[in-house]
Amino acid sequence: MNRFTNLTRTTAFRLTALYMLLFGIVAAGLTVYMTRLSLTMLTDQTQVSLHEELRSIESAYLHGSIPLLVKTIDRRSRQPGAFLYLVADPEGHILAGNVANIDSTLLADEGMKNPFTYFRYGETGNHSEHKAIAAVINLPNNMKLLVGRDLGEPQRFSNIIREALGIALAAMAFGAFLIWFFIGRRALLRIDKVSQASQRLMDGDLSGRLPVSGSGDEFDRLSSNLNIMLDRIEELNSGLRQVSDNIAHDLKTPLTRLRNRAEEALSGKKKVNDYRNALNEVITESDQLIRTFNAILMISRIEASRSLEHLEPMNARLIVDDVVELYEPMAEESGVRLTSGEIFSVELKLNRELFAQSLFNLIDNAIKYAAHEGGNPRVTVSMEDTDKDVLIIVSDNGPGIPEEDRERATERFVRLDKSRTRPGFGIGLSLAKAVMKLHGGHLILEDAHPGLRAILAFPKANGSDQENR
Amino acid sequence: MKILLIEDDRETARYLEKAFFEAGHTADITFDGDTGFNYAQNGQYDVLIVDRMLPKRDGLSVIMELRARGIETPVLILSALGQVDDRVTGLRAGGDDYLTKPYAFSELLARIEVLQRRKGPKETDTVYRVGDLVLDRLSHTAKRDNKDIILQPREFRLLEYLMRHAGQVVTRTMLLENVWDYHFDPQTNVIDVHISRLRSKIEKDFASPLLHTIRGAGYMLKAGN
Repeated sequence: MNRFTNLTRTTAFRLTALYMLLFGIVAAGLTVYMTRLSLTMLTDQTQVSLHEELRSIESAYLHGSIPLLVKTIDRRSRQPGAFLYLVADPEGHILAGNVANIDSTLLADEGMKNPFTYFRYGETGNHSEHKAIAAVINLPNNMKLLVGRDLGEPQRFSNIIREALGIALAAMAFGAFLIWFFIGRRALLRIDKVSQASQRLMDGDLSGRLPVSGSGDEFDRLSSNLNIMLDRIEELNSGLRQVSDNIAHDLKTPLTRLRNRAEEALSGKKKVNDYRNALNEVITESDQLIRTFNAILMISRIEASRSLEHLEPMNARLIVDDVVELYEPMAEESGVRLTSGEIFSVELKLNRELFAQSLFNLIDNAIKYAAHEGGNPRVTVSMEDTDKDVLIIVSDNGPGIPEEDRERATERFVRLDKSRTRPGFGIGLSLAKAVMKLHGGHLILEDAHPGLRAILAFPKANGSDQENR
Repeated sequence: MKILLIEDDRETARYLEKAFFEAGHTADITFDGDTGFNYAQNGQYDVLIVDRMLPKRDGLSVIMELRARGIETPVLILSALGQVDDRVTGLRAGGDDYLTKPYAFSELLARIEVLQRRKGPKETDTVYRVGDLVLDRLSHTAKRDNKDIILQPREFRLLEYLMRHAGQVVTRTMLLENVWDYHFDPQTNVIDVHISRLRSKIEKDFASPLLHTIRGAGYMLKAGN
């Protein structure tokens, strides 16, 4: 019952019902109209033939007087599908014909008569009442001649039409019902499946997807779109989980260290200066924690913001020069030769802060790893103009990153091995990656033979046009 | 220095009140935008510290309203938001400085002390003096004890900033902001190296130190003890 109620609530049902109602009204109108039309046509035709018959009988009378008239009527009455004939004297007594009884007033005047009831000759009882129309004329000696036509035939004809239309209508109604039943049921079944699937999703199982039948119909299109949306949600969700896992992991270590420092400071007998030193260490550690946390937040926000927002066209050279200048003393201090390769003016759509910070991180990393390696450490910052991109390249001759690790190196918080446990490394590369994504470009890590070539690739399509080299 | 702190997190507010007191300042604390606005309008404060997200009235509208009424007390905006253009929005609303949570207290303290703009020379002064160190902003020259000190343009700007805020702690982030005009946390010792270069230039051949390192905070240019 509930199932049926559901079925009647479908759009398919409502449309079908409405359609059937409209169709019924039109069909009924059509039936009435057709019946009327056919009746009128038949009546007209009958009248014409009645007149012809009258003329022909009248002429028989005019040629051969009464005997010929009676003979003609007798002959004609016996033919199948004969007309009705009646000859009466001026007083209304029937002289000849195949009509047994008739309302005598009919014979009073000449002309067409409306449908009337009559009895056939030799038939009795009410059941053999027939309807007919007739035409009456006066013969020259004041006798009356009536020629009529039974209305049974047109009646039957209109009955047949009515019946046929009725059957057709019933068949159509039945068909509509079937169509509604199957389409409605099918739609309902599909919707039930979608509802069940979304129920599972709402229960928290985001891996579920809505069923797609493969027919490519509107349900499929809806389901596919919803599935794409679910993919995106799942992606974001797992991204979020990844971030929180990483945050937990990345903050747990320094927090534990912080706690240990405080605990160690409390243990044993110590001088005021020891406490002071311990507290300073605690503060340094906390500052580092705050920095890490800020960096994590920043990367998340960059990744969440829509690309190409907050970008303004500016000369990238100024920023490259700035950052190189900023790092020169530190490089020198670390025994690293920081040099500028080919640097040229080029207008790029940039977020100055984020671009500078990315470059800052890349140079910082390069200097530290180059210095770590010993030998003749150097870091070169240069620019390159390719067909598609403007490249800003930071290369060092440090240990580099093995090819298989390069993809992973740009993931947040990944530190590749024990020699890279220095804080900030993983964050620097992932920040650069996020920033490049914001700029519609990308971060490329290459082998510098030896060392690492980190490339910030800005697409030229993003409004760059080169000025003087 | 008299500070008004508008911060809805009571624990943070109380902690800051105490910390400011220990640093030699007095701080009034309010916990929502409306009360904060009334305090700021009626009291005589040297610096306002306004959280962006506040009950009743948000921080930015408090600042805009104050500025609209001609109250020019320096404002430092505290924010947990960190969108790329948050800082710009905050400064446009009339803030003078912007600090993203979480922050170190030393950073906050250094920034509000600099905001106060009482100590040290005025921005319009053409010559800054700290002890025997003299910096001429027009001729772009620096002298100590009448001996010329040769500075690179950036070193000059660094010294200029330190001298303008002589006697105040300036943090590495503040230096990167004001000398290089980049607004992020340098995270490495890149600024320290610039400082030590500058320090060697202004201290090497002279008896007394001028540029002091304040542990856990930053640097301070100061003559004498």
